[in-house]
This record gives sequence, C-alpha cells and structure tokens, in this order.
Amino acid sequence: MSNEIKALTMPKWGLAMTEGAVTSWLVEDGADLREGDEILEIETTKITNVYESPASGVLRRRTVEAGQTVPVGALLGVVADRSVPETEIDAFIARFQEEFAVEAAEAADAAGPEPQFADAGGRRLRYLVMGEGRGGEGAAPLVLIHGFGGDLNNWQFNQPALAEDRAVYALDLPGHGESTKHGVQGGVAELAEAVGDFLNATGIQRAHLAGHSMGGAVALHLASDEPARVVSVTLVCSAGLGEEINADYIEGFIAADRRKEFKPVLEMLFADPSLVSRDMIEELLKYKRLDGVGQALRAIADAAFAGGRQAKVFANDLDRIKVPVQAIWGADDRIVPAAHATAIPEPHRHVLGGAGHMVHMEKAGEVNRLISDFLTVR
Amino acid sequence: MSKKSYRQAINEALAQEMRRDPTVIVMGEDNAGGMGAPGDDDAWGGVLGVTKGLMPEFGRDRVLDTPITESAFIGAAVGAAATGLRPVAELMFVDFLGVCFDQIFNQAAKFRYMFGGKAVTPVVIRTMYGAGFRAASQHSQCLYPIFTHIPGLKVVVPSSAYEAKGLLIQSIRDNDPVIFLEHKVLYDEIEEVPDEPYTIPFGEANLTREGDHVTIVALGRMVGFANRAADALQKEGITCTVVDPRTTSPLDEDTIIESVENTGRLVVVDEASPRCGMAADISALVAQNAFKALKAPIRMVTPPHTPVPFAPQLEDAYIPTPEKIADAVRHVMA
Repeated sequence: MSNEIKALTMPKWGLAMTEGAVTSWLVEDGADLREGDEILEIETTKITNVYESPASGVLRRRTVEAGQTVPVGALLGVVADRSVPETEIDAFIARFQEEFAVEAAEAADAAGPEPQFADAGGRRLRYLVMGEGRGGEGAAPLVLIHGFGGDLNNWQFNQPALAEDRAVYALDLPGHGESTKHGVQGGVAELAEAVGDFLNATGIQRAHLAGHSMGGAVALHLASDEPARVVSVTLVCSAGLGEEINADYIEGFIAADRRKEFKPVLEMLFADPSLVSRDMIEELLKYKRLDGVGQALRAIADAAFAGGRQAKVFANDLDRIKVPVQAIWGADDRIVPAAHATAIPEPHRHVLGGAGHMVHMEKAGEVNRLISDFLTVR
Repeated sequence: MSKKSYRQAINEALAQEMRRDPTVIVMGEDNAGGMGAPGDDDAWGGVLGVTKGLMPEFGRDRVLDTPITESAFIGAAVGAAATGLRPVAELMFVDFLGVCFDQIFNQAAKFRYMFGGKAVTPVVIRTMYGAGFRAASQHSQCLYPIFTHIPGLKVVVPSSAYEAKGLLIQSIRDNDPVIFLEHKVLYDEIEEVPDEPYTIPFGEANLTREGDHVTIVALGRMVGFANRAADALQKEGITCTVVDPRTTSPLDEDTIIESVENTGRLVVVDEASPRCGMAADISALVAQNAFKALKAPIRMVTPPHTPVPFAPQLEDAYIPTPEKIADAVRHVMA
C-alpha cells in the first residue's frame, strides 16, 4: 500500500511540441493501471501516439477530456492507490494546477533541453542531450543515430524515456537535420567516422549505440572499427544485415519536392499510414529545401544503396564484432525486410507486430523497454 | 533554427546570397545610408531598415545608394542584370511603379523573348505593398495584379518570415525578372526560420490549413487572416483548406483546382482592388475548370474599388479581416 499520488502529464515529444490534444481516453475512471498500460491517445501537430502510464495504481481522476488541447507538462490525470482519500486527491490536483500555472508563466519559452552543436572533425553536428547518467556511477551514455533522411527528432518518443537511466545523446548525421550539408561523400564509413569524431568532441569514452535503418549500419561500422568504444549496439529496422532495401523509397525521398508526391513515399514508413501528417510532410520538405541537402542525400544513396542494394553488409562479420548486438524490427517494415533480423540470434531479436519501419515511433513503449533492458545488464 | 522577423529573414537571405555569389548587388534609396550626403554609413538600411548591415559587410561597391529616380535605377538594375550581375533593386513603395514601369514591362520582361532566348535578366525588384500602415493612398496599394498581367515577369508574394527567406533566395537565383512584394505590416511578424540558406520553388502553393468544407485561397498578409478565420470556424464545425499560392506568376493552378474539387466551395481573399485582381482571376480559373465540383457560388473577399483611405477608421474598414473571411465562408456553407 502506498500513499503516493502520481501525476500523469502531457509529454514533450520532439523539440517543436508545445501542446498536445487528447484525442481519446483508452481507460475509464477508476481503472487499475500497470506501468506501461496504454491509457490515452495524444495528437500533436506532427503525429498521434499513445501515452503509456508511467506508474501503477488506480486512475483516480481524469483532469482533461477527449478533444481538449493542453500545454506540455499539464496534468492529464492522477494515479494513486484506492486507499488514498478523495480529499487528498483534490488537494494534490489543486496544488499541481497552481504550481503549473506559475511555472508556465515563468518559463513560457524555456521548456525542455535545447539542441547544441559540436565540432566533430571539422563538421558541425547538431545534437540533443537528455539525462545525466542516473544509472549509477559511470553508466555509459547512449547515442541515438537516425536513418537516411532522418534527424534527431526521429527519437522524440524514445529519448526522454531512455534518459531516465543515463545520459542519452541524439545527433544529426552529416547531410541531415541542422548538421553540415556540404562535403558529404556518402559512404557508411564516412558517417561512422563522423560519429566517432562526435564522441571525441563531446568527451564520450564509451557509449551504447542505437541506430535506426542506415544509422544501424553506421553503428555496426563503428563497433567493428573501434570495439573498445562501443558497449552495445541496438539495431532498429537496420541496414547492414542484408542486401535488400526499398529503392523506391530512397529514390522517392530524394525526388519528391511536393507534398502530394512526398506523402505516398512517407507512408511506406509506417504500418499505419494515417500517421503521416501534414506537418510531418512540411517539416521534411523544409529540410529538403536547405542548400546542399539534395546533393548530400544523392551522394549517400549512391555510396550506400547503389542500384537498390546495400553496399555494406555486416551479417557475416557479426562474429568479429566483439560487442553485444540486439535487433528490433517492425514486422510490416516495407523499407528493410524484417527477415534481416534473423542475422541476430535469439534472444536478442525482437520483431514487433503492428509496426513498420518507424517501429520506434509506432511501438515506442515496447522499443524503449527492450533498449532499456538490454542496456541495464551491460 | 531560430525565431526571426520577416524583416530579418529578408535581410539574411540577401546577406547569404551576397556571400555565396559576388555578382549579387543591392541598390535603392538609402540602402547604404547617405552616399553623397552628410549622412552616416548604414544609417537607414532602406526606409524600413531591411537592408541594414549589408553595406558594412559588403561595401559601397555592392550596396548602392541611388538618387530618388526610380526610372534611372530600376533601368540600371535591368541593364546590369542583362550584362552579368544579379541586382536586387529596392523600389521603396510599389506605388512608385508608375515612373519606372517601361523599364520593367517593356524591357526586363521582354528581353528573353525578343532576343530569342539568348539573353537572361536575373533582376529582383523588392518592393513594399499593402494597407494598414496609415500611409495613405499613394503608399498603400497592392499592385501585384499589374505585374501578374505581364508575361515574362515572375511575381512573388511571401506570407511569412519562413516563406520570405526561401522565396527571396529562389528569386535571386532565378534567371528571369522577379517582382518580390513585401507587405509592410508583416515586417515585425516572427516565426522559426532556418539559419541555413534554402529555396522554395515558384509555382508551388502551400496549404497552411487542411479541411473538408471550404477552400480559402489567400495571398500575402491575407494568408494569416485566412488561417485565423479557419481556426475560428473549426470551433463551429466548419473545416477549411487554406491555399497560399506563394507566387501569382507562375500560379499553381493544379493545387487550387484540386482543392476545390475536394471541398466544393471557394472563398478567395485578395487585398488588391477587386477589378482585374487575383480574386477575379482565381475565381475564373475555378469556374472554368471545376464548375461541376462547386456546391455554392464562389465568394470573393476584397476591399471596395476605391483608393486606400487615409482616415484610420476608413482604412480599417477597407482591408479584409478574419471576420469578413469567416462570414464569406459561412455564406458559402449556408
């Protein structure tokens, strides 16, 4: 029995999120919740996702209704044991709302960590760091590496959760996000070198790596070249484990310069194509309009995926990589086939149903738990 | 990425293109700040400060003060463009078009065509337009329909800071004469604008809202008003698609027609005078190409066909407002 009252609050998914709309509650008042239960759906201007309960207990109160839009950090509901009296719940809510109003007024704009820039071997790389290594003295940080055409925001549903245990860095690879666009030659080796330089620039001795898609191949390359610096590798719908890759996606991504052409390309990324929102398309178009992006993506595609085949496959070299590797895949991945996961032996292979190539967005809770568990024992 | 005003976004576009390409020059009244007079260097940066800071960085060889003689310096810019430079000339108010129109419509607009494609004229004419500044009839007009009427000119009407930077860089790199119209009331409007250079292609409309019931086409400052109307109407259960064409020439006809085919209703908002304006032009486009999709008559929201009044009450009554746009939407829904 616990007297603790826990607040459910509007999460911050991604740098640009300032508010979210509760589209529907998935549980009733008074429901028994376990940590990780899906309790409501939240829509931001970019994406809709489920909110999982951060605590176990009884949903004592819902403080927002479906259809309401509230700022990041606002109270969504209250979880507590049945034994906690109603008066205490009321007092908790009143106190929270009062403090939240004050905080919101004080820090209208200063919500959340801001991205920074590192000079990594002459390349300017943007990165975002969260968490401070609470996993114990010397817990190695985790570095998140996005895929082709992505950026650090791809980890918006993962980085905050994973940062509860350790420092978590998400970076923009060269040619991506707000990092350097010019001088990208394009090979996976070059990108791995950039990540190595990034570790040097930020003073990280050893790190866990998690890479999505092309970022997974980058992580494998770094683990292969500099195993002493890599504690573990998590591959998410990763390149580097087989030759096949969806060339229509790669070429479509490079070619599309209009919303209408871009949408069907981006829909290939998700098991549920309705997740591709107007704002998601617009953000990616804004990225693609930046000087140098077209050439950088072309160079990377030509070097890494020429003729629709992956140029660098590590599947047969995994024995040589003396670093623990796990693979997480969306069963409906239409970019890199989920069959590639078989290169990684059980029990470190996880293929999740109801998710596509962006499994870390579509099944964020499960992916976060798998990464967290894999890292904790190492 | 950082927050920038419309003015800063335009200034950054000019500075970044001048750094990238030594043939880009800037010229206009008080752009460098007092050449030939006892004024200070960089004193003004143009009448509303848009070019401030350029002269100290690029020098007076590339940031030129001109006499108050639009016919001379617009002509000089067109000639410089035809002979190898990429001038960006500032026509302080579009209302001064009358004294330099031949240089624009009979010269710049015709060179490529009349010289058999062998000449290019990469000139940009930046110019301020629009009412709401208490600047009276000769400093408040929206004359972009006049430029749009002339084949050979490209006409750009940016609606926000992000749009202004990307469209101006595209304008400077374009090999044809471009008229770039800046709404004077938008200069202090702020939004997220990338620090890096980027381009927004011409002839590609932006959808700033997406809805099922009504298509609102709006230009320049009216895009923000249309968004406000759409947001208010959503609370009444009416959802609107807001189309910002970004450029009136070339015009993204496909996006407008396709949107009306989806919604079946059209409201066009134009701050220009109603006769021979963009509202009439876009209405005709839809009537000709999507008539069968229309569930209600097209509605135009424009000022009355009068000069822009100086009396503040009359000027406010003259300009389309979010409320007038919302009323027009309710009318086509009725």
